[in-house]
Amino acid sequence: MSVDPHAAAHGHGEIEMPHASMRDYVIGFVLSVVLTAIPFWLVMTMPLSAGATGAIIMGFAVVQIVVHMVYFLHMTPKAEGGWSLTSLIFTVIVVVIMLAGSLWVMHHLNTNMMPMPHEPTSQTAGQVP
Amino acid sequence: MSAKTITAPTSADEPVQFYDLDEHAHPEGHSTMLGFWIYLMSDCLIFAILFACYAVLGGSYAAGPAPKDLFDLKLIALNTAMLLFSSITYGFAVLQMQQGKVRGVQIWLAITGLFGLAFLGIELYEFHHLIEMGATPQRSAFLSAFFTLVGTHGLHVTFGIIWLVTLMVQLSKHGLIAANKRRVMCLSMFWHFLDVVWIGVFTFVYLMGVLR
Repeated sequence: MSVDPHAAAHGHGEIEMPHASMRDYVIGFVLSVVLTAIPFWLVMTMPLSAGATGAIIMGFAVVQIVVHMVYFLHMTPKAEGGWSLTSLIFTVIVVVIMLAGSLWVMHHLNTNMMPMPHEPTSQTAGQVP
Repeated sequence: MSAKTITAPTSADEPVQFYDLDEHAHPEGHSTMLGFWIYLMSDCLIFAILFACYAVLGGSYAAGPAPKDLFDLKLIALNTAMLLFSSITYGFAVLQMQQGKVRGVQIWLAITGLFGLAFLGIELYEFHHLIEMGATPQRSAFLSAFFTLVGTHGLHVTFGIIWLVTLMVQLSKHGLIAANKRRVMCLSMFWHFLDVVWIGVFTFVYLMGVLR
């Protein structure tokens, strides 16, 4: 921020905007295509076990999200004086707590539940409407 | 704390200033980008809640169809490709803007919009297909959660396209003024953000669903 008010008043073009480059977009696009194609291929042809495939595609998704953040959304630690990254970290923390907490609580509720009559067990499977 | 210690730094009878009276000029829209980013983060929370719902309810089929019976991965791969192409074409629009070419920005925005429409068309086709098969949102908790999550994403894309058309009109009226540049950058963030959410959808809902 300029100390001289006149300099700031005239500086309409000085609004900070992330600078994009062709290189960034091409790298981001190529990485995204690779990181999308491999999970689809893994699931459609199933060369590995279901558990390993699941773990790998989740890993690829996380990497691809980071790729998008860096190459398409131009996230850097310095963007907007660090406030973009701060709000992102805050959101990620909230999301992780919420997702992990919901799944944990609901899983326990589910396992502690009394078996319900409409639950498709081996005896009742044929009678479910 | 006495008044004496507070007034000590000022030498004469100048009043003590506890806040900044000399307002320095803020260029118009200097905080728009950060504000829009914070909006996106709150949008992120909406999607996180819908993902949590899907994670909890995604296995409750109520003896109805499971993801394996419903999802056509080839169609989803095509859909993903549409959104990915629209991401890089939007990138080209931003590059044209940095070179100050209005015409180029508009052309690339139009191409982005067409890819967005193709994405929506494929998604609507998929929904129509599911509903025809009897897999409506009312059928099971899994399908309710599925339609809410994927539908909310589709709704975001719809509004993104409306914004895109609006922006093209603004560009043709006023050209590449500072305000329009800001709008292009905000929509850029919105559009790429939707692509980020879609990564979660195709991985977690479609691919993991078929694996289950």
